[in-house]
Amino acid sequence: MTEQPKSLRLVPHATAKLSTKDFKSDQEVRWCPGCGDYAILAAFQSFLPELEVPRENLVIVSGIGCSSRLPYYVNSYGLHSIHGRAPAIATGLAASRQDLSVWVITGDGDALSIGGNHLIHALRRNVNIKILLFNNRIYGLTKGQYSPTSEQGKVTKSTPFGSLDTPFNPLSLAIGAEASFVARTIDSDRKHLTSVLRAAADHRGAAFVEIYQNCPIFNDDAFLPLTEPGPREQNVVRLEHGEPVRYGPQGERGLRFGKFGSIEPADVAGTDAGSLLVHDAHAEDPSYAFALSRLDRSDFAHTPIGVFRSVERNTYDDTMAGQITAVRDRQGDGDLAALLAGGDTWLVS
Amino acid sequence: MSKQIQQLDRVIIRFAGDSGDGMQLAGDRFTQETATFGNDLSTLPNFPAEIRAPAGTLPGVSSFQLHFADHDILTPGDEPDVLVAMNPAALKANIKDLPRGADIIANTDEFTKRNLTKVGYESNPLEDGTLDGYQLHAIPITSVTVKALEGFQITKKDAERAKNMFSLGMLCWLYNRPAEGTLRFLESKFASKPEIMKANTAAFQAGWNYGETTEEFSVQYEIKPAALPPGTYRNITGNIALANGLVTASSLTGLPLFLGSYPITPASDILHELSKHKRFGVRTFQAEDEIAGVGAALGAAFGGALGVTTTSGPGMCLKAETIGLAVAVELPLVVCDIQRAGPSTGMPTKTEQADLLMALYGRNGESPAVVLAPATPGDCFATAIEAARLAVKYRTPVIILSDSYLANGSEPWRVPDVSELPDLSGEFDFAAPNGDAGEFEPFRRDPRTLARPWAIPGTKGLEHRIGGIEKADGSGAISYDPDNHDRMVRLRQAKIDGIAADIAPLEVEDPGGDARLLVLGWGSTFGSIGAAVRRVRLAGRPVAQAHLRHLSPFPANLGEVLKRYDKVLVPEINLGHLALILRGRYLVDVISYNRVRGLPFRAAELAGVILDVIAHD
Repeated sequence: MTEQPKSLRLVPHATAKLSTKDFKSDQEVRWCPGCGDYAILAAFQSFLPELEVPRENLVIVSGIGCSSRLPYYVNSYGLHSIHGRAPAIATGLAASRQDLSVWVITGDGDALSIGGNHLIHALRRNVNIKILLFNNRIYGLTKGQYSPTSEQGKVTKSTPFGSLDTPFNPLSLAIGAEASFVARTIDSDRKHLTSVLRAAADHRGAAFVEIYQNCPIFNDDAFLPLTEPGPREQNVVRLEHGEPVRYGPQGERGLRFGKFGSIEPADVAGTDAGSLLVHDAHAEDPSYAFALSRLDRSDFAHTPIGVFRSVERNTYDDTMAGQITAVRDRQGDGDLAALLAGGDTWLVS
Repeated sequence: MSKQIQQLDRVIIRFAGDSGDGMQLAGDRFTQETATFGNDLSTLPNFPAEIRAPAGTLPGVSSFQLHFADHDILTPGDEPDVLVAMNPAALKANIKDLPRGADIIANTDEFTKRNLTKVGYESNPLEDGTLDGYQLHAIPITSVTVKALEGFQITKKDAERAKNMFSLGMLCWLYNRPAEGTLRFLESKFASKPEIMKANTAAFQAGWNYGETTEEFSVQYEIKPAALPPGTYRNITGNIALANGLVTASSLTGLPLFLGSYPITPASDILHELSKHKRFGVRTFQAEDEIAGVGAALGAAFGGALGVTTTSGPGMCLKAETIGLAVAVELPLVVCDIQRAGPSTGMPTKTEQADLLMALYGRNGESPAVVLAPATPGDCFATAIEAARLAVKYRTPVIILSDSYLANGSEPWRVPDVSELPDLSGEFDFAAPNGDAGEFEPFRRDPRTLARPWAIPGTKGLEHRIGGIEKADGSGAISYDPDNHDRMVRLRQAKIDGIAADIAPLEVEDPGGDARLLVLGWGSTFGSIGAAVRRVRLAGRPVAQAHLRHLSPFPANLGEVLKRYDKVLVPEINLGHLALILRGRYLVDVISYNRVRGLPFRAAELAGVILDVIAHD
């Protein structure tokens, strides 16, 4: 990168050039054959040298689940923690060590079920961490129960008559939680995945990236309408900041505002050009990004990918460090003797 | 005309009123003046969890007990000599604790028919002879206060609220307390409301003058300063001592302090206190829940900070999994559990010692950790420093078991000179490459401490992965090998057990050397047990006392000490946690004494128990 990504402003710069190989650990990768996690890991490892961050300043924190095994496979500092808690643990690390590039790897069960609370609070605080949520819409490691992103009625081991829950839309949730950066990408689209990782790294604050990820064992082909040539061209809506939104094989489809601030598809021909959307990821008001996130449907017709929202906002770690600096500037460093004595003392001789 | 002055060696005063009557403040100020005067003292605040329980009701009564003396004392006292009762509920809730002959100062303005009925008095106890056995001082405190403040531009409500300062002024006169500190305090507390400040100051002075000029009190009391060891003293509560201990440990280790915490009674004051100390580089993180609080602390510890979390019982339950992770990844972590009455929400403002077994064993798998318990409010300071020392040296979670009584109670504390504090920077090192070929093995242990290296991110060449999955001894690679697991389970336990060689041995106090009974306690019961033991000795019966600060590991000489005595009595504010472990570990038939009332033991009660045990010899 010519310019240093914004999330790395206080992180040292690598002195030597790093390669993909430098980020591979000696551990044997143990995901199921054909798992989408392989593609994500490979894309991530080949992207990392681009950051020009020394390996020792890169930390990957994960929770529990298939995706959360990823830190073992990357040769950096890593902490494979407990179910759902990675955002909280990463918050403590990132808030006390601004010289680190901290990445959280999580899944739909880890981040949205058991760890939902930590996810939303990390996002609203805007801690300088990058959260990659591998969404396969199923519990893999526990062998095939429905997850909080599984479609309603899903028949799984724990729901032989179909699941009852309405699923979460992870992007809607993140936007509702005041996230300053929200994006979506797909495991099999390496180029797009890498571009989204790049954008996330260039965001100072919490970046939330949903990655549609195929689980060949328990939920195979869940995202086929977005990955299979043919339907893919019909369904995938690529968002580029500042560009008119066009999709369909010939770019014949666009988006426009509908009722009550919703967004709906429109044929470019026959629609007033002025009412067709030009994507603005930097819109302060989250309503637009939220409306975009609501375009998802169970049949995946018109599913946006790319950076939905990217706005600048004070980060938790910067503000925390800033308070300490400000108080020290004003009052000087702490005096331990004065602290211990407190206010009222008396002398016994 | 100056009044007669009577010398006393000790006094126990209890301020009691409605939650909104400002009794905690009045008690706290009286304590500060008493401390500055140089008496030894011990306090027991006792208040409802509700911020404002319905006015005038028994559940809404808030009290503050203070025991002060011209000699060293150990407890807030059993039976008050003086009760200040601001309303009928305060009288009713506290009268049973008063010995006959005690002074009762009652605010007659509140003894209305309605208020009396509210707490079940059919007639006015101030008038119907109920209090004949006591020295009753019936004073219309509210109306006298309001009258004294007539000239001030304040509301009637604000004038009435100043009645606690009137009472305080009266008590300060009665016991010859200095007034300067309170006047200074009012000045700073109401700096932005000068009229309220002047009114409260006037109320305080009116109370003082009331004592001096009316016929209500015929004598004034004097309690000489106590002969404490020389030094500079301050009054300190357990929570403030703990907070200061953590800041000090950060300074002595050179590690930045990171507190991850979720508000919970009675631990929140530690968060409040530490959040002020940004000058010391302290980072405080008010988390979204208890789990995030400890998680963030562990994350910070991974990054090389002194990671601390503070909580009480219900929060400890939620933190258990993360403490287990800290055991597995072997990172330093200080966990402060300010125990309160349970189970579940229990009685949030009342004290208890029933988290001991949870601290020791309340995690899945074999999950040993260090457990320490301070003995007095001031001792929370030293305990915090020792907790940090053991955590960073052995890379282990250390749990501090304080409790509500220590947290809110206070005592005079000798302020240590900074130069006399231990240098902890030599107790640990961040890791360097340790493998035979210059590589790094994150689980290759220091043979002396059995601690694994603490390799913090940012250190070149030590990149490694840790986590909750079992690791191979040495290399730290994921391992499901049966024998490796057995070895790691034993190594983690051996590391904690080995700490016994690095802590003070158990000291026994047995002045005559002829005691056959040992009273063994832990944590906040130190004062009650000590006071009881003194009484028993004064009664001519020998008894030995020992107190455990280290609950895991135990001091190396504990087994030998236990076997030295014919009988061992273990009083605990639980149903016998320590006793269970002592019986299991040392095969000693200890006698348990347990009361779980949400309050500290009374010295008289324990003295009776000790004498009974001796008598049944």
